[in-house]
This record gives sequence, C-alpha cells and structure tokens, in this order.
Amino acid sequence: MTARMEQRFADVAAQGRPVLVTYFMGGDPDFDTSLAIMKALPKAGADVIELGVPFSDPMADGPAIQLAGQRALKAGQTLAKTLELARRFRQDDQRTPIVLMGYYNPIYVYGVDRFLADALDAGVDGLIVVDLPPEMDDELCIPALDKGINFIRLATPTTDDRRLPKVLENTSGFVYYVSMTGITGSALPDPSLIAGAVQRIKAHTRLPVCVGFGVKTPEHARAIGASADGVVVGTAIVNQIASSLTEEGHATEATVPGVEALVRGLSAGVRAARLAAAE
Amino acid sequence: MNQVHKPNSFRAGPDEDGRFGIFGGRFVAETLMPLILDLQDEWTRAKDDPAFKAELEKLGAHYIGRPSPLYFAERLTAELGGAKIYFKREELNHTGSHKINNCIGQILLAKRMGKTRIIAETGAGQHGVASATVAARFGLPCVVYMGATDVERQAPNVFRMKLLGAEVKPVTAGHGTLKDAMNEALRDWVTNVDTTYYLIGTAAGPHPYPEMVRDFQAVIGQEARQQILEAEGRLPDLVIAAVGGGSNAIGIFHPFLDDESVKIVGVEAGGKGLDGDEHCASITAGSPGVLHGNRTYLLQDGDGQIKEGHSISAGLDYPGIGPEHAWLNDIGRVEYVPIMDHEALEAFQTLTRLEGIIPALEPSHALAEVIKRAPKMGKDEIILMNLSGRGDKDIFTVGKILGMGQ
Ligand SMILES: Cc1ncc(COP(=O)(O)O)c(C=O)c1O
Repeated sequence: MTARMEQRFADVAAQGRPVLVTYFMGGDPDFDTSLAIMKALPKAGADVIELGVPFSDPMADGPAIQLAGQRALKAGQTLAKTLELARRFRQDDQRTPIVLMGYYNPIYVYGVDRFLADALDAGVDGLIVVDLPPEMDDELCIPALDKGINFIRLATPTTDDRRLPKVLENTSGFVYYVSMTGITGSALPDPSLIAGAVQRIKAHTRLPVCVGFGVKTPEHARAIGASADGVVVGTAIVNQIASSLTEEGHATEATVPGVEALVRGLSAGVRAARLAAAE
Repeated sequence: MNQVHKPNSFRAGPDEDGRFGIFGGRFVAETLMPLILDLQDEWTRAKDDPAFKAELEKLGAHYIGRPSPLYFAERLTAELGGAKIYFKREELNHTGSHKINNCIGQILLAKRMGKTRIIAETGAGQHGVASATVAARFGLPCVVYMGATDVERQAPNVFRMKLLGAEVKPVTAGHGTLKDAMNEALRDWVTNVDTTYYLIGTAAGPHPYPEMVRDFQAVIGQEARQQILEAEGRLPDLVIAAVGGGSNAIGIFHPFLDDESVKIVGVEAGGKGLDGDEHCASITAGSPGVLHGNRTYLLQDGDGQIKEGHSISAGLDYPGIGPEHAWLNDIGRVEYVPIMDHEALEAFQTLTRLEGIIPALEPSHALAEVIKRAPKMGKDEIILMNLSGRGDKDIFTVGKILGMGQ
C-alpha cells in the first residue's frame, strides 16, 4: 500500500468519521477545468480522489458518466493527459491519494510496464479497473502491486462468501463495495442492506471498505457512512458539472464552484455519519 | 506477438481460462463474474449430458430443419469457369440464417439454469429474430438491443422481432450499431443478473461464450464435411465464410482446421476501403485490445479508444472479431481478407440472377471473394462457402442503393 493511502485512511479514522472519496472524469469538460476541479476537491472536504479515465465503451457506466467520457474524449483527453492531470495536481498536494478509475483497454494499449512507471511517477496511488476481475490478475494487478501501486477491487452483491476470499486476495488500499447489481448512476438501495454487506466483507478483511454506486446526497453519505469506512460519490459530481456547462458543453463560471459546494455538503454528510450511528 | 508455436491440433482451444494464445479471456466486471462461472459449469455439464445432446438434435432436425443442404452452384461455377462452387445453405434454416443454431443451444442452457428472462444484442437483426423466436418457443420474455442505425436499415427484422413478442430497444449511443447494442446489453445484464440470461449472438465475449457458440455452430462444418465427402469423395480445397463476430465462420471452419490440405479464408468487411475509418476489417487493419470481455483484434486509436467502423452490412458492422479468429490469424492457419461494400453488392446481384438465391449482405462478402478466387483455380478444385443467411432483410437497403424505386 502506498504510504499516502494508508496515512489518509488512518488520519480520517482518527477523526472518527468515514472517508469521502470523490470521482470525476479526467478532462471533463476540458483539461484545464478538470485540473481546477481536481484541485478544488480536497479544499471542499474530499479525502481521496478517484480520477476517471475516459473510454469509448464504458460498459459499467450509466448515461451521466458515459456522457462525461464523451465530453472528455471530444476535448482531446487521453490516458497520457489523465496522468498529466495527476502529475500537475501532485505538484501542490502531496497528501491526497489519487486513484485512477477506468477500463483496461487504454492501459493495455499504452503498455502495462510503461503505464505503471508513468503512473508512479505522476503520483498515482491506486487503480480501479472495472473489467479486470481476479481471474485476470496477471494482466495488471500483480505488476501494479509489485511496483507499489494499490489495486482496488470491486466487491458486489453477487460476490458471495465462497468468492469473497478470491476477490480480496490481491486487493490493497481499500475494498470498493458496489452497493447494487447495476451501473453507475442507479438508485441507492436500502442502507440497512448495505450495512449488512459491509459487515460481511469486513469479516474477511482488515482493509477499509468504501461503498459507492448510488450515493448522491449528504443524507446518503451520512446513512452509508454510518457503517462503511468510506463513501464514494461519482455520478452526483458528474451531473453537477454537466448542469453547469453551456449548450455546447463548455465550462462556465459556475462549473468549479458548483462542484465545490456539492462536495462541501457531502463532506458535512460524512462528518455527521458517526453521530448518526451513535444515535 | 506473432511468434506462436504450431500446436499439434488447431482444434484444442481454448485453455481452461478461455484463452486462444494471447486472445480470449474473461474481462468482465466483478458483478458478472460469478454468473459467467455458473454458465461455464452448466455448459460443461450439458456438453456431456446425452439428454441435452438429444434435445439439441431433435430441435435441430424438426425446428431448424437440419441438416441444411449442400448445394452445387452449377451456373455460378460455369460462369466463373474455374473451381466447383458448393454452398452450405444455412440461409434455409428456420428464421433465415445460421444464428438459430446457437440460439437453440443457449436457450436450452438458460432453461437449465432457471433463468426467466432473455436479452440479446443484434446488428443485422438475424440474431435478434432468432433469439425472439426461441424465446417465443420456450415461453420466455425477450429484450433485444439494437443500434438505432440498424433499426432503420434492417426494418423487416424489427417487425419480425416485435411480432414474435420481443421488446426491441434502439440504442442511440455511438453510431448506433452492433458495438453500442452490445454495451447496452451488458449494462442490462449487470443490472438484472439474477433473472437474466444474456444470449450472445456471435463467437465473442467473455469465456465460455466464444467456445460455446463455436460448438453450437460447428454443426455447420460437421455436416458440410460429411456432405462434401459424399458428393465429391474428397475434402474441399478452399473453405470460405464472412466474418462479423465470427460465428458462422468458426462454425464451418472448425471441423476442417486439422485437414492440412484445406485452405481456409475468412472475409472481413472492407467497407469503403481500408485507408480511412470506414471499414470493419479488425484483423487486416486493427490491433490487439480488450473489449466486451475478450482480448482480440480491434479497430482502435493510439489511446485505446474503440472506433466505430462501417459496413454496408449491419451484421459485419462491428469493430472486433471473435478471439479464436484472432489466434487462427496469428498462427497462420486461416487467412483473413477484406471485401469492399461495392464488391459485396455486386456479388449479391450475381447470385440472385444466376442461381435464384437472394443472399444476405453478410455472406455476399464471402461470395465476392469466391468470385475473385474461383476463376484462378482449376476445374477439378472445390470451394465450399457458408451461405450464412438469406437477403430478405436487405432487399430495401439494396433496392435503394440500386435506385429501384417503389
Ligand atoms: C446472415 C449473417 N451472416 C453473418 C453474420 C455475421 O455474424 P457472424 O460473424 O457471427 O457469423 C450475420 C450477423 O448478423 C448474419 O446475419
């Protein structure tokens, strides 16, 4: 595990609250705006940044993130430029962990060894690659772990107790529990069901468990954060960005402040989570 | 990448992880992984179950109409003046193409697995029609994802699916073709894992689909091999099929792979030419990548973004190809060549006029390659082509291009 990730989870745990993980699409709506968004996230209360890598065929994403990826690609975003975003962010912030999230093909085409070297150099701490289940660990997971980059795996409602050990085996950093069988942007299921699933996973691992897919409001963050070690918010941020753009999809004065305001609210939500749990 | 050892048999793949050389595999989201493993278990059990085999054969004979005939195309052969041309007439199957072979097999598996809902993707609509057909036959609801462009250019098949009781969901993402339909079907599947069986229509996707679909389609080559031996007393010199995702091609190729004397050619959609992006020649003009659950040849840019491609034929309009074909190419067993839109269109008309058979635009690509090669071969040589589907679905598209107004 990179020191940065471990440190951040430990610091936040010491504050007695869950971690707020924020996702946005690198290059949406353009490189400079997304760099400004990235820099604004920690200031608004985000603890970990998930930096989306656009892909033409995002099979696990709903319409909001599909469109964000298309806006980014149209503006010329690539994997190389997404690494550049991380590098630029790192110049001013050495403490906030960055997790790249996307699909395998851009990484495969870039070349796994070259990618890992460049990602490490850019200050990337972890990877979430949706279409690489444990059965495919030789592709990227093992090489990444060898280089000291976390490989964060998704566990889902279909990951039963029989399969869970396999999913957790080479996972590091944290476990990302997907709250539902579905795509990003779907409705959040009953928080009590999620709490049960989190407990089930925690019985198998000492890693922190963060919950994502469907978390959109401070109330969601509070409810999920009562049981989970962290909450992941993605589609809500992407929607906030989309709603601030001009008809042609360009950034406006409202783009960065809108994200800031949303994340500040979510941050208040996670800060209230353990109080909620204690009630 | 091209340094592959020649195996003892070309028919032994895939390995237990679903790999054909570097190709294939299981590149899917975790949510789907347990399901794919269940499917693999069920498929392994069914393969060796005499009752499953018997049911498949019974439905093959009485519902699909198997064996399909092997037809000597006498007038086409005379016209071209070279090799003797035989068609394996999969276009005479129930629903009009080879797609039904795979659908019958998979719906029996879905039933065995206790699934209550069928989803499918379709390009030309042939697989959608075949899926809707077996869903009706077995009393299961069926949702078919189809690119919006294809909904338009394959309108007759959209009506057929609706009449059969399927829900057709047009997909507007991208160019609205097969790739986009497959993305949307995968999103549905991941959402409805408990109830839903994803009936993939070609020999691609995550393991075990490429192997399973191949095995259901291999009946084409098994029959044809026996039929040509009966008709000619020997094996063909050349076997040809069109390649979209690759199911009709692998179906006819596979039983011949270890027959050294048989040359095998797969025909890709050359679209408007390989210079630009308006083609679907994944092997001839693509590079290895990972999409829709498998590693294979893809049309993509330097950043790994998948291109849209183009073909006059909706069934070939896909920027990838089944992983076994990617391997057969690299290992040198099968040759893959492109045929342009206009060549396929010409071949379509030639067959219609000379033999009274209206072929689908997909096998018209294979036919165009036959028309190129037959005259250069000796009169004692034999070509076997998979006539994978009939052209009823294409008559409006072709009529429009040829300016045959109503
Ligand atoms: C008649 C026919 N042939 C061929 C194809 C291409 O698919 P495949 O390569 O899987 O055979 C299609 C696909 O729709 C088709 O309808």
